[in-house]
Amino acid sequence: MSKYKVNLKINNIPISVDEGTTILDAARELNFKIPTLCHHDDLCVAGNCRVCVVEQKGARLLPASCATPVSEGMEIQTNSLKVRQARKHIVELLLSEHNADCTKCFKNGYCELQDMSNDYRIGDHIFLDLVMDKDKELDISSPSIEKDDSKCIRCQRCVRTCANMQYVSALAVTHKGNNMRISTFLDKPMNDVVCTNCGQCINRCPTAALTERNYIDEVFDAIYDPNKFVVVQTAPATRVAIGEEFGMEPGTRATGKMVAALRRLGFDKVLDTDFTADLTIMEEGTELLTRLKEALVDGKEVALPMLTSCSPGWIKFQEHLYPDLLDNLSTCKSPQQMFGPLAKTYYAEKVNKNPADMVVVSIMPCTAKKFEAERPEMRGSGYKDVDYVLTTRELGRMIRQAGIDFDKLEDEKYDSILGESTGAAVIFGATGGVMEAALRTAYELVTGREVPFTNLNIKPIRGMEGVKEASVKIKDVKPEWSFLEGVELNVAIAHGLVNAKILMDKIRAGEANHHFIEIMACPSGCIGGGGQPMPTNMEIRKKRAAGIYEEDEAMVIRKSHENPEVAEIYKSFLHEPLGHRSHDLLHTHYTPRKRH
Amino acid sequence: MEKKIKKVDLIFGKVDHLDILNNSFQRTRDEIILDVIDSGLRGRGGAGFPTGLKWKFAKNEEADQKYVICNADEGEPGTFKDREILTQVPEKVLAGMALCGYCIGASEGYIYLRAEYNFLLPSLYKAIDQFHEHLKAMKFDFTIRICSGSGAYVCGEETALMESMEGKRGEPRNKPPFPTSEGYLGKPTSVNNVETLVFALMIAQEGPAKFKEMGTFDSRGSKVFSVSGDTPTPGIYELELGMTLEQFVEEFGDGDTKAVQVGGASGFCVSRKDFRSTLIGFEGIPTGGSMMLFNSSRSMYNILNDYLEFMEEESCGQCTPCRVGCQQLLKGIEAVKRGVKPPSYLEDLQKLSDTMRIASKCGLGQSVPNPFNSIINNFREEIIY
Repeated sequence: MSKYKVNLKINNIPISVDEGTTILDAARELNFKIPTLCHHDDLCVAGNCRVCVVEQKGARLLPASCATPVSEGMEIQTNSLKVRQARKHIVELLLSEHNADCTKCFKNGYCELQDMSNDYRIGDHIFLDLVMDKDKELDISSPSIEKDDSKCIRCQRCVRTCANMQYVSALAVTHKGNNMRISTFLDKPMNDVVCTNCGQCINRCPTAALTERNYIDEVFDAIYDPNKFVVVQTAPATRVAIGEEFGMEPGTRATGKMVAALRRLGFDKVLDTDFTADLTIMEEGTELLTRLKEALVDGKEVALPMLTSCSPGWIKFQEHLYPDLLDNLSTCKSPQQMFGPLAKTYYAEKVNKNPADMVVVSIMPCTAKKFEAERPEMRGSGYKDVDYVLTTRELGRMIRQAGIDFDKLEDEKYDSILGESTGAAVIFGATGGVMEAALRTAYELVTGREVPFTNLNIKPIRGMEGVKEASVKIKDVKPEWSFLEGVELNVAIAHGLVNAKILMDKIRAGEANHHFIEIMACPSGCIGGGGQPMPTNMEIRKKRAAGIYEEDEAMVIRKSHENPEVAEIYKSFLHEPLGHRSHDLLHTHYTPRKRH
Repeated sequence: MEKKIKKVDLIFGKVDHLDILNNSFQRTRDEIILDVIDSGLRGRGGAGFPTGLKWKFAKNEEADQKYVICNADEGEPGTFKDREILTQVPEKVLAGMALCGYCIGASEGYIYLRAEYNFLLPSLYKAIDQFHEHLKAMKFDFTIRICSGSGAYVCGEETALMESMEGKRGEPRNKPPFPTSEGYLGKPTSVNNVETLVFALMIAQEGPAKFKEMGTFDSRGSKVFSVSGDTPTPGIYELELGMTLEQFVEEFGDGDTKAVQVGGASGFCVSRKDFRSTLIGFEGIPTGGSMMLFNSSRSMYNILNDYLEFMEEESCGQCTPCRVGCQQLLKGIEAVKRGVKPPSYLEDLQKLSDTMRIASKCGLGQSVPNPFNSIINNFREEIIY
């Protein structure tokens, strides 16, 4: 449909915009910022908080600028007396139902409502205190997400996130009028519903109604316990986002500073989840090739396409919604959970520590990893493999608490061993990255040649499209892989669970011709994870992705199978991918769950 | 008294509805729509949008499917006229829907029936079955179904009604788009009140002139009123528009009327001193039919308190001004009554209600200020002491 231009005036300045543009976006083009709360660039229009109301000449009502498209000849005032009065009232009303316990609040200083209250100089509440759930206990049933209804301003961003981006709908609007609230199915606790712990709701909550469970004090306790040997691992996506906690541009590569900061925080060793990402490629790549061989040579009934298993939010989603397809899920643990048992076995032995005295902490872009670490099957080492999971945001807070001037830190390197990694590992952080890393290795394993893409960059599977598909023709294979000669390897990638659903429905209907599918629960992959700095939007995530790919290109080694520490661990400990030890430590099984 | 209130019998009088339809189908859609526009008929649910224009907008949309919805979610406190129309002359309502369907090009119609009116279902289904038979004989393709509400007042708001029909929470939508372009299931939809549809049918029969000559410039024709409260003659009356409240009270009052609530909980409270100057209609105070009379034994504080309790509970809760505003108004007058807040707090609340009027998402929040301000302005002392 061709776009017509619409002419209007905003604050007396003429502007011409595409038909269908909202007043809010037109005003943004003129650099007039209209305050918003229920609006979020990632979400569909709601128009329910009403703070973005503007005055339209000749109109009786103040339209919500986020929800009203421009029309020809419209004259808009974004800050008239009428608008100011209405906006102030609305903020006052929101505050009257909000537990404004700001000094004690986890979001103090990061709260959109607080900012607005400050901008409009809302002092004493003129209205009566209506906070509904002040005395209600917080829902801390989930190891990932904390829900505090007394802070909720009912903007429904979380509800739209959960339904439209993630197709989960663990959170929904219930009741009406003065009782209207955001709740779960039958008001059950968060750990007892379909919640995948992805944390996308947290990323979009303007207040502290939804936050991550934080484990900062527990980690500091471990650090200061002289009997504990505390190692920390950092996920790929954290390094291009942690800088945002300190005012840096999204996508700034702060790997070296992050390592330095972790050391100053007192971690005994600073290690890298990227190492186990490389290991994941070895295990998962081998698993894929094995499945293909079983299907093509042995003619066995094998569950294909194989689905990646790095994203714990995705795994729980599948357990709830597609339990019939769990056989398709790779048995590989996520890199975080491969790291844990290796740290408490292989590594403990190398550094001569008793695993009982070890504490494994991970820094993740993710809230679902907190849940993952708690899964009962994640005790391959005989201990709890990963003791504490902190989000990128929590790490930022720890660094601030410790008074470390992040900006001024000199770059430092990860400790060895379990610290060496490749470019293939770091791209795990962006959607399509696991697939790209797997292809770099698998193609070379099978053909003896590098993947046929310039500079190893498999561009067709990069980018932010919700579902990406590609095929790679395999030819001139090594003799031992002759069964793959001429095979067209079909792959697909989805990020954001609503997109995962598209592929899963195809598989269930038998319409998918893919061999291998990468799925990440969060939009744009881990760089858009539920534990990443706020705010989030597509522009920010694109910058983080750019940082990830720069980091990859800057690495000397860019293929997982060339990681020397990976070679070493197979030689001296694991012996072979999918071997006996791998099976015990690096692979797992899944649990079918119900929708309710 | 200049003139007596004229009682009219357009709505409840028996007519050959099939004959009207047959004749209408001989005419073009535009002719009928023009007649409805010309008659000056405005929506009888309360908001008063010109019916002919609504039909014209829906007609002008191109779509593979369009819908007619008869809004029978009669939830306004003090209104019970649609129930009576559906009981006494359901065939006229159905014919009005078919007429609308003919005009806008819809082959499907729905009656959104208030949950509390489910007792009407058997008789309505019977009427619909008969009507379908007749339409078949007339070779007119139009199917009517009933969709039962679940008891939410806000679902009388047309977009919330359609959300409810689609199986979602009954929450009003953002407008635009308006239902005539994107309504039920995203298709052009004309949502009309029960009474409006019957009037449209009668205009098709009688021609616009007869309708137009009744009432005033902005409020043509007659209207069915639900009269309740302190009156010796409660009930349902079809009256010519254009009367003043004085005339109305003369007819229906008990001799001690101190106030009339025109338009239900979302309408205005008029006190005795203004009866003479207040016209019932779009020039003065419009009503969807509800007329509640109060005599001097009534506490206006209690009445306002009841209305606000109703609104506080019946707000869908999605938009801030309405959800929180209703609670603040209610708790606010309670606080003033108890002396927790000074009488001057009422002015703060009135300012707040002004914000609710212009910043709320739908008609519910926008009209809470009507009873609030009119009762506070007229009976301030009853609220405070």
